[in-house]
Amino acid sequence: MTAMSDLTASQRLQAFANPARFMALSDRLLPACAVVTCLLLAAGLYLSLFVSPADYQQGETVRIMYIHVPSAWLAMFGYMVMAGASAVALVFRHPLADIAAKSAAPIGAAFTFLALVTGSLWGRPMWGTWWVWDARLTSMLILFFLYLGYMALWATIEEPVRAGRAAAVLALVGSINVPIIHYSVVWWNTLHQPASVFRIDGPAIASSMLMPLGVMALGFTLFFVTLLLVRMRAEIFRRRVRVLRLARTER
Amino acid sequence: MQNFFAMGGYAAFVWPCYAIAALVMAGIAIQSVMDFRAQQRLVRELDKGKAARPRAAAREAGPDR
Repeated sequence: MTAMSDLTASQRLQAFANPARFMALSDRLLPACAVVTCLLLAAGLYLSLFVSPADYQQGETVRIMYIHVPSAWLAMFGYMVMAGASAVALVFRHPLADIAAKSAAPIGAAFTFLALVTGSLWGRPMWGTWWVWDARLTSMLILFFLYLGYMALWATIEEPVRAGRAAAVLALVGSINVPIIHYSVVWWNTLHQPASVFRIDGPAIASSMLMPLGVMALGFTLFFVTLLLVRMRAEIFRRRVRVLRLARTER
Repeated sequence: MQNFFAMGGYAAFVWPCYAIAALVMAGIAIQSVMDFRAQQRLVRELDKGKAARPRAAAREAGPDR
């Protein structure tokens, strides 16, 4: 085998798309990912429950933000990973791309569920309602259904290549919902507040609250990455099992 | 300490939020690891059954290219 340094950039990318190499690399990365995730989540939990102050208007309910906002970000991040990997799978037929897309879906769905439930728990005391059909909440609910539909499609088609192609098309069509979620608070008159962190004029939130939020968001992101690696490894083994069984029945 | 758990009267909203997050995240983490272990065990069992060409199985793991 040629040394890595002799390869062109695209060949190097191809080499990492090789499942066997991915297995070796992820095996080495996973312990570190898991440890850093635990440390960040522990630090984030401490900062958001003990260090950060109560809000002058919202009181202690502001602590819901440290779960709700990172969950909502990861819900959208997860969809972008899924749709991006689906595009790569459709165009370049990368062996790992649709494995990545399939593995991202349940994690993204879990975070979407969390964003919806924690938002509801926050809305009840602050807005006086558990749920309202405004643009932000509705588009987030649609995101949840898109995840479920995507997973259902994988579950109903037995053959992985065909399932992957159909699911990738669904993921790409559904990706129109991501900018709609983001801009929903601008385009429509919503009960949900507009963005307060990613703004052109900088974050409109006190640093005593931005810090815990940032640590939590980082922890959630690493949690996502770690689980994505674990699920991709499981999926690679699952396909290997399928191939071995097919080979066995052919003999 | 009493104050901390009371969450300024919002205990009924703040604590369920953290509890559900912990439950869902722990749940998907455990499910992912258990699924990985189960698939790994299956591969090992099947590989043992046909030790003649174990490398071919590794190469076939990805989708058709």
